[in-house]
Amino acid sequence: MDTILSILNQSLREAIAPSTAAVVIAVIGLNIHFGFTGLLNMGQAGFMLIGAYGFAISIIEGLPLVVAIVVGLGGALLFALVLGIPTLKLRGDYLAIVTISAAEIVRFVGRLSALEDFTGGALGLRGSRYQGPFLDLSFLPDTSWTLSPFNYRDTFDGSGVVRGLAGLLFIGLVVAAVLLVRRFRGAPAATSGARWGRVGAVVGLSLLALLAIFFVFPITYQNNVAQGWWVRLVAWTLVGLCTLLAALLVRSPWGRLLRGIREDEDAIRSLGKNVFAIKMQALIIGGSFGALGGIVYVLPSTVQADSMGRALTFFAYTALLIGGAATIFGPVLGTVIFYGGRVLLRETANAYVPSSIMSDQQTETFSLIVVGVVLMLLVIFRPQGILGDKRELRINV
Amino acid sequence: MSEAPVQSDLRDPEARRALMSGVGAEPGSAKPDSILTVDNIVRQFGGITAVDVDHLEVQRGVITALIGPNGAGKTTFFNLITGFDRPTSARTGANWSFDGKRLDKTSASSVARAGMVRTFQLTKALNRMTVMDNMMLGASGQRGESLSVSMLRPLWRTQEREIETKAEELLARFKLLEKKDDYAGSLSGGQRKLLEMARALMSDPKMIMLDEPMAGVNPALTQSLLGHIQSLRDEGMTVLFVEHDMHVVRHISDWVVVMAEGRIVAEGKADEVMSNPAVVDAYLGAHHDTDLGDDALLQEETLEEKIQEYEAEALAEERSHDHGGSASHEGEQK
Repeated sequence: MDTILSILNQSLREAIAPSTAAVVIAVIGLNIHFGFTGLLNMGQAGFMLIGAYGFAISIIEGLPLVVAIVVGLGGALLFALVLGIPTLKLRGDYLAIVTISAAEIVRFVGRLSALEDFTGGALGLRGSRYQGPFLDLSFLPDTSWTLSPFNYRDTFDGSGVVRGLAGLLFIGLVVAAVLLVRRFRGAPAATSGARWGRVGAVVGLSLLALLAIFFVFPITYQNNVAQGWWVRLVAWTLVGLCTLLAALLVRSPWGRLLRGIREDEDAIRSLGKNVFAIKMQALIIGGSFGALGGIVYVLPSTVQADSMGRALTFFAYTALLIGGAATIFGPVLGTVIFYGGRVLLRETANAYVPSSIMSDQQTETFSLIVVGVVLMLLVIFRPQGILGDKRELRINV
Repeated sequence: MSEAPVQSDLRDPEARRALMSGVGAEPGSAKPDSILTVDNIVRQFGGITAVDVDHLEVQRGVITALIGPNGAGKTTFFNLITGFDRPTSARTGANWSFDGKRLDKTSASSVARAGMVRTFQLTKALNRMTVMDNMMLGASGQRGESLSVSMLRPLWRTQEREIETKAEELLARFKLLEKKDDYAGSLSGGQRKLLEMARALMSDPKMIMLDEPMAGVNPALTQSLLGHIQSLRDEGMTVLFVEHDMHVVRHISDWVVVMAEGRIVAEGKADEVMSNPAVVDAYLGAHHDTDLGDDALLQEETLEEKIQEYEAEALAEERSHDHGGSASHEGEQK
């Protein structure tokens, strides 16, 4: 029992890790590219890496934090322009080829020993060299803190029964939220009041579910260290803001244009819209989300070119497909499930498969294999992901 | 410009007939009030010249049909003037103007913004979007389509509502209103054609170009489509459409332009142009009078004649063989 709880605890820790939040932000950008506009960007990790390098190098060179963030985002903007101008007029596949190669170019340039003074070469830039200004911003007290402050330890002397009941409550709340979302999808809300009521119900259930899970698995960190609550707070706040921004963008007439371009560029062109400009805007916006994700990704750790290689792009795609492409909350849900699930698999294999059959290193690989299989099953049996609209995919274009 | 009276006049078939009666029935003839003028447009694919049009004018406010056999270059011509393709003669004098504006150096989107909106032969409904979203995309000049404004809902909400009302009116007219929340991909082929046409009308075009609007549409729907096209004309819109079906063309068009092998071979009123020898040649071939399957063969006398001819030929052949044969015999005998 203790092993199971410890596995679940580790999985939850991974799910709320700052690196997970960072990937969520990058996946939101990818969702704008791939989910809404239909741009096959295979180099989101390249955008992340550019953001991370721009940010870290600027701070190391003595620029203020805000300027460093702007440099990171500006780097992504330039990168998007360079990629987009030659390829966006061509068929979609070309963008995929160009982005994947460009991301690799960025990675290899970062590893160049000739640039070691700037990028740190293959070893990368240590976090302590650029984390200072960010950690100084923290207004949290220099102590450790537990989420949630009210947890099973406070009730009935940490009774296992209460803990178990709370766990069941969590599962029940999640199931209720999912069922509610499905019910709402069937019948569109008549008035805006009803719509807000529905949103409120789902958000309320989700918050309760979060409370329940942290009641069962209280998590304690220091506040103001590189891997502490401060970076988690900032990272997840940014996730919230980015989700909101993306929702505003894709629910506007501009977002409608994006979906139109995904369906048929020529039709949109025949309606008098400048398709190239809109695709370029989408590429830049999504790329900027990627760069922001890259900045958050390196905040608690190091800037290391190989940590943002092709694999990360494919993880991002997997997360997007799990959550559901072209949905608002798909990136968040998909990424959390992807990273949490991976750790769950790895730790389970670690704990229950004897090391004579599978060593610790092999379980890591094993978890990736299972993720790959899950991705395949997902694309075959539930291509719309968890939150996607099935009716939308039933129509073969 | 006295546009308004012209438009009201053109609802009357007699007025249209009178208007077009002064126009010469030869390729590239001048029209009294041309909305689209095309000059010297050539498109080659490798060695094949798909389109080679010297001059064409399209009269404002009437329905002009562009007909021609398969491979005549009608759709290519459409693509060229709507900016979806570039003429090979782009640098050597190709130019066309629409409503006084030169269009030969602009993109497809600017052509549409100028007021010339097209539909496609293979219907391009945006399948995984709702019918309403399809319609809303058609409206031009939307503030919310600019990236910076799009995030601020109050700035475009009023306009959005106006567009929605307009879209609902158009959908009601095309009998698609009850489908407005369905995905466009779930509509039937004919309904998609209607949707595409309605979507094109969202931007209030001056001229609408329909590429084979009746292809794959059942006869009942064809009737209603024809009605819609005619009502567009009655509202003062110029219609240019490509069609195979001669009946359709004869039924609704005020003027017919015939293309064959990339060239405009004839122009004229629908009932007259069909008897134009150039048109007959284009559709049936120049040697269509030469009967390949000769019915006369079925007559008994001719049949006998033919048989005799054949026998005579066979005999002659035999003889020549005999000659050859006898020659060798002679050789042997010697």
